[in-house]
Amino acid sequence: MIVPELGEYALILALCLSLLLATVPQVGAMRGNTLWMGFARPLSKGMLLFTLISFLCLGWAFLNNDFSVAYVANNSNTALPWYFRLSAIWGGHEGSLLLWVLILSGWTVAVASRSRGLPADIVARVLAVMGLVAAGFYLFILFTSSPFERNLPAFPPQGADLNPLLQDIGLIVHPPMLYMGYVGFAVVFAFAIAALLSGRLDAAWARWSRPWTAVAWAFLTLGITLGSWWAYYELGWGGWWFWDPVENASLMPWLVGTALIHSLAVTEKRGVFKSWTVLLAIFTFSLSLLGTFLVRSGVLTSVHAFASDPDRGIFILIMLATVIGGSLLLYALRAGQMKSESSFGLLSRESLLLVNNVLLVVVCATVLLGTLYPLIVDALGLGKLSVGPPYFNALFTPLMALLLLTMGVGAVSRWKQTPLSLLARQLWPPGLLALGLGAGCAWLYAGELKPWVVLGLVLSWWVVLAGLRDLYNRLHHRREKLQGLRRQPRSYYGMVLAHLGVAVTVVGVALVSVYTEQRDLRMQPGDSLSFRDYTFEFQGSTPVQGPNYSADQGQIRVLYKGEPYALLQPEKRHYAARGNMMTEAAIDPGFTRDLYVALGEPLEDGAWAVRMQYKPFVRWLWLGGLLMAIGGLLTATDRRYRKRLRPAPARAEA
Amino acid sequence: MTPKRKQRLMMVLFILAGVGVAVGLTLFALNQNLNLFYSPTQIATGEVPQDTRIRAGGMVVEGSVKRDPDSLFVQFDITDYDNTVTVEYAGILPDLFREGQGIVAQGTLNERGVLKASEVLAKHDENYMPPEVADALAKAGKLPAPKGQEFNK
Repeated sequence: MIVPELGEYALILALCLSLLLATVPQVGAMRGNTLWMGFARPLSKGMLLFTLISFLCLGWAFLNNDFSVAYVANNSNTALPWYFRLSAIWGGHEGSLLLWVLILSGWTVAVASRSRGLPADIVARVLAVMGLVAAGFYLFILFTSSPFERNLPAFPPQGADLNPLLQDIGLIVHPPMLYMGYVGFAVVFAFAIAALLSGRLDAAWARWSRPWTAVAWAFLTLGITLGSWWAYYELGWGGWWFWDPVENASLMPWLVGTALIHSLAVTEKRGVFKSWTVLLAIFTFSLSLLGTFLVRSGVLTSVHAFASDPDRGIFILIMLATVIGGSLLLYALRAGQMKSESSFGLLSRESLLLVNNVLLVVVCATVLLGTLYPLIVDALGLGKLSVGPPYFNALFTPLMALLLLTMGVGAVSRWKQTPLSLLARQLWPPGLLALGLGAGCAWLYAGELKPWVVLGLVLSWWVVLAGLRDLYNRLHHRREKLQGLRRQPRSYYGMVLAHLGVAVTVVGVALVSVYTEQRDLRMQPGDSLSFRDYTFEFQGSTPVQGPNYSADQGQIRVLYKGEPYALLQPEKRHYAARGNMMTEAAIDPGFTRDLYVALGEPLEDGAWAVRMQYKPFVRWLWLGGLLMAIGGLLTATDRRYRKRLRPAPARAEA
Repeated sequence: MTPKRKQRLMMVLFILAGVGVAVGLTLFALNQNLNLFYSPTQIATGEVPQDTRIRAGGMVVEGSVKRDPDSLFVQFDITDYDNTVTVEYAGILPDLFREGQGIVAQGTLNERGVLKASEVLAKHDENYMPPEVADALAKAGKLPAPKGQEFNK
């Protein structure tokens, strides 16, 4: 069949369209040629169409087990269930890049169709920038990593199978979500570049790009949350964050993206921080690209690094240099034209948000340093080393604590100028209450006060209570409180949800980090172990057969305070196609605690090495992430972004 | 100085101070938490200080894995085919730990020259050898020839 060739051909057509999209509307916008600018929308739709065709062709090859396609042969197997065969499309380097461009062209069309109210030249420029980014990726795929390459004539009768770690619902959804986030930041990047190019650096571009940024951020949050959840149950050892370079690669754009969301708000509302916001937009997208580069180039070796082809690395490096260098050059040329439209006092919402921005960027810089330092040292030939999690924890925790502290202050502060006395008057009750409640909860939970737990709980209460104080400020003038609640804009509720999510996550992090209990034990059938009111009774293991693996299933009976409670059946799987061993943990999930059991290795006489864990409040980590994501999406649906915008009056200095 | 300038100056000073503190803390934390990688040869020739956290990697010597029958304590040797280092570890070994395969152990060297590991890492791919180990073996001139058909690049 020639379907894979059709896929490749469609991809080439998509490249051609993206090149046209990158040039024609841009030139049209420069010359004021409406016809040329008008090509932007149809061209982006064509780009999406052909990318989609290409993607479907690859999907067809996977569904039909076309092992003459090298990528399919490397990542699939006839024994694989159909849904994993489909998710295997993005189980490797080539296919995940195809997903990347598919999502990028999807975002491009979304911008094209949701931008009716925007000035034509801005739309043309934004879409052109997105076309340019897409062109880079199409070239990358076609020249260095085509998923359609054939293994002819001697193709294998059976595929090598998908990495068993990736045969999981987590993999079906985690990469698309993460990419939606990464690629979504291309929109705000395109808006920033378009604003720089057109010289119209007013607050309007901030308003246009805010909902897009919020949606991208929400998806990225969801992607990171899913990744953490997946690592928790699938990597087999109950960790939820490893400070692995690949995780850091997704955390960095998230941190700067969070700063960007806040800075965009200031730029839109007050017309200040303009150049800073543009810079953040550039950084956020650059870090997204860097994330793709770090994960995909094989510079890092981990579950996620599929390729180790130097050509690819060099190509991405060139692309990174072009994007970052080019946009920073443009920024340097144009930043001087940006003028603040107002001023603000030393103590004001603006300056508190600036503190938020500085903290987030500093955190991101420390993560970046810890992630890249080993690579740089290695590249310079100075030796091999790794940076351990203690480095990240030592910096991340205090800086985040500081951030949470300013979050509370920021919530009740006012734009322009906030008298210190007002802040003090409004914040001492929530402050005291937070101290009391935080310490009280910590005491109630454990009967002791551990500094990190108290800090985490106090700060969470602080964020929540200061938020309530803000709500009170918004309502106490109104007679109809309920109506007042309804009158608050959606973006306000989005903010509240996201901040609540942060507090929930912090509670989870604090409690699970300090109060996790773990026992690694050699267990004979009949052995039992008790801790935390639970008794774990190992009853031996039985062999079971899965669709494409065989496994030993441990039978562990759990008693709660002596009463039968549950049967946990962790597995040790052997995937025949690759000969891989996999640990499949058994989890009894709960709102306030998880029981986590995993099989280590078989020892003689039917004994196993068994790991048993009690993980308090671990679900709160992801619940918080979910709340943040919902908050981000809610913000994006605010009415003021849906209003048809009148064309902004052209600025004289343009 | 005009009030506006003064305000800007305060802002700049504030940011500079913040960045300065952050840089200082960062470098300190980084220095505390660097784990340098050593090959068995480097360990055998005494290049490695005692009681410092290091990473060491090599191939697990066939037949060297000894388990304690009552606990999870395990002892094995890793080699770069020039020199050998003994590793002691109490805990669950990773799924891909096998004799004859490359691993990386993190821990400290004691006075007997035994590596007390706090963590043993083996990567999740059959053909995969930790890059540090591959590098160390290449330096010793003992890198095994790559296998024929490799699906999992």
